[in-house]
Amino acid sequence: MAQVAVAHDPHGHVADTNTGISNRKLLMWVFLASDCLFFGSFIATYLVYRNESTIGPYPNEVLDIPVTSISTFVLLMSSLAMVLALNYTQRNRAGLARFWLLSVAALGLVFLGFQVVEFTTFVKEDLTIHRNLFGTTFFILTGFHGLHVFLGVLWLLGMAFAHFKGALTSRSSEDLEIAGLYWHFVDIVWIVIFTVIYLIGFSDGEGLETVGHAASAIGG
Amino acid sequence: MTTIAFPTLISRPTSYTGLWSWIGTVDHKRIGTLYGVTAFLYFLVGGIEALIIRGQLAQADNDLVSPEVFNQLFTMHGTTMVFLVVMPMSAAFFNWMVPLMIGARDVAFPRLNAFSYWSFLFGSIFLNLSFFLGGAPDAGWFGYANLTGSTYSPGDGVTFWALGLSILGVASLAASFNFVVTILNMRAPGMSLMKMPVFIWMALVTSVLMALAMPVIAVALVQLALDRVWDTNFFNPLAGGDPVLWQHLFWLFGHPEVYILILPAMGIVSEVLPVYSRKPLFGYPAVVFAGAVIGFMGWFVWSHHMFTVGLGPAANSAFAISTMLIAVPTGVKIFNWVGTIYGGKLRLDTSMLFSLGFIAMFIIGGLSGVTHASPPTDAQQQDTYYIVAHFHYVLFGGAILGLFAGGYYWWPKMTGKRLGETLGKWHFWVMLIGFNITFGPMHWLGLNGMPRRIATYAEDLGWETSNAIASAGAMLIAIGVLIFIINVIRTIRSTQEAEDDPWDGRTLEWSIPSPPPVYNFAVVPQVKSLDDFWYQKHPELLHDERGEHADSTEHAAEEAHTGGSIHLPGMSYYPFIVALGMTLGVAGFMEVYVEIPGTGGQFPWLSAIGIVIGMFGIMGWTFEPVSEEGGH
Repeated sequence: MAQVAVAHDPHGHVADTNTGISNRKLLMWVFLASDCLFFGSFIATYLVYRNESTIGPYPNEVLDIPVTSISTFVLLMSSLAMVLALNYTQRNRAGLARFWLLSVAALGLVFLGFQVVEFTTFVKEDLTIHRNLFGTTFFILTGFHGLHVFLGVLWLLGMAFAHFKGALTSRSSEDLEIAGLYWHFVDIVWIVIFTVIYLIGFSDGEGLETVGHAASAIGG
Repeated sequence: MTTIAFPTLISRPTSYTGLWSWIGTVDHKRIGTLYGVTAFLYFLVGGIEALIIRGQLAQADNDLVSPEVFNQLFTMHGTTMVFLVVMPMSAAFFNWMVPLMIGARDVAFPRLNAFSYWSFLFGSIFLNLSFFLGGAPDAGWFGYANLTGSTYSPGDGVTFWALGLSILGVASLAASFNFVVTILNMRAPGMSLMKMPVFIWMALVTSVLMALAMPVIAVALVQLALDRVWDTNFFNPLAGGDPVLWQHLFWLFGHPEVYILILPAMGIVSEVLPVYSRKPLFGYPAVVFAGAVIGFMGWFVWSHHMFTVGLGPAANSAFAISTMLIAVPTGVKIFNWVGTIYGGKLRLDTSMLFSLGFIAMFIIGGLSGVTHASPPTDAQQQDTYYIVAHFHYVLFGGAILGLFAGGYYWWPKMTGKRLGETLGKWHFWVMLIGFNITFGPMHWLGLNGMPRRIATYAEDLGWETSNAIASAGAMLIAIGVLIFIINVIRTIRSTQEAEDDPWDGRTLEWSIPSPPPVYNFAVVPQVKSLDDFWYQKHPELLHDERGEHADSTEHAAEEAHTGGSIHLPGMSYYPFIVALGMTLGVAGFMEVYVEIPGTGGQFPWLSAIGIVIGMFGIMGWTFEPVSEEGGH
């Protein structure tokens, strides 16, 4: 931001914007709004095609909810680490800031590792993007999410590099804040994807039956 | 701020003239010119495609082109006119005028702006390369599944289409982000949202629509490209895929897209009419509100493109009602424009003529549009020439005439010379008459049952006269465009110099020299009211027209920033490089592989090259300071 503002301000200090939000942060918000529609369209596609596969493997045959719950937890914790990294950067606690910054990237990589293992397992179980609608929609939706995580990891490693070089300080912490907005967004999107694919993803109304059984169990 | 010492990969351009200065430019005015020139060239390409189509249909049982070529022509005509003409021409005006009208020295992200243009250029070239590499896309501009599947479109054309439009989508997204931020954040002091010119409002609404609609088409195009290249099942009915999903995704983008095409022209007309009527825009808040409502409601009407798909009476009724409702804010705008002209001291210059032509033609197109808001009526009109007539009345009679109005209006500001008025009026009348002769008879043809997209028709159907008239009209439009080109050439060759404010304008761009200096405003303006520049020139009108009292304090900027030179963002080659890398990377999906010796594996070499170039560009972009220290 500082640099853009300088370009418009002869005295070299940060010029105020009309909204009070810096150009770069506003750019990130607009991008995230746009990205909502991107993921929204893929998620809508997944929902439209839920239970529409004509051949297996079906979701309940391959999805491993406990394992993916762990990777989901890892990704959620990376958001916590992100908050701490920003907090310590703003308070000029360089050591802790760097530790948490690298932690975010590391947790992101762990999440990606889980995804690689999951994808390989599924392919071994004969689920590919060609195989059926579930394979097509599952791999492309989670794949694009994984791509977002991967780009986020690259960005955070760049941030960490800048921190070690002394270019990321409390004065320029907004750079990190913007990366944080992106990271939290990607995290939130995963919560939706996890819910849609893993938690309500079981075929043929099995979920509803379970609810029915539970209700009759309580009633009886 | 400490900057990281990083080796300069490519030194930035230094000269302000020559080819390299254009490739490295980040100046919004130069980028606007690039957009405008490119879009006009594509207007000629799309126009030639249209002329061949009309030549083929001029008489029954004609064989000027084969049905295969005909399919490519109408597909590329539609795709070109929508994505390579109207959108980038609007972008040209946004680029030129948004910073000038809000009193800014550039857009918020100059390098991102350059990136938008270069991705647009490379994407459009990639799309048109299909003509020479095995045939252009031929499945219609809205590419319905599963006609676009490998079974029915075995060539590479549709893949070119899906990938090319994806690149153009990235360009549009980058541009829309840039303009939302620029308009929200970089207005001159005092210019609150309701003191912005209507054109800026429409640019804002359009940019928001683009930011939200382009991802939807991007997803649909990615799905289509994956179906074709990687054999996924998104639109494969054999695997349970549903071709109607494509229609939903396409039109969920497609209807906001219609407003993306028309709102900039509406903004231009809203600027031109008050100036040539010497009256403030009638009901400014209503015009702004109507534009915003159109932008919002545009999201709830998409299925009126799908009335004959069989979505059921509930869905059809809901979309019929929302479609009829969206005519209301459009009508509000038309009444406001008429109210603006009413009682004004009209000056019928070319720009005004085009604006009046816009209103008249848009009313016709709007009314025929309302007729197919009704599902039973639409069932008769679906896929006939009636639809072709309708959308040409709104997109040509609306958007194109509106853009020409903007061209004549802002030409002196952009180039320092006025376009010739005599030739301009010839241009207007020839084009308007030619337009009506071409597209008027198509209403009759459509109601007589002539389907669109047929390469030829039999003799005894009663369609010959109307088709012959339409084809003659198309020639007249072509002559109109020729007159415009002659006018432009003569204007460029002339030695005249336009005044800074030739039309007695109302908005800030007229307060600076023509053409504007690189930095636009030597002193950042202080805005007190809507149409601030007008009331600086005519303070006595402030009370009558706006009910405000002239401020006794001096209107000009209180503190002239004389403390230092104006810093401008430095030129950069990296946007060009990143756009090139992205295009090559995407182009690599066209199954451009080499066999890896001895393994039988394949290596996507073009994508790999693209990714390397793109990464190199992003690295350079990231570490390049926005402007050099201590100068520009």
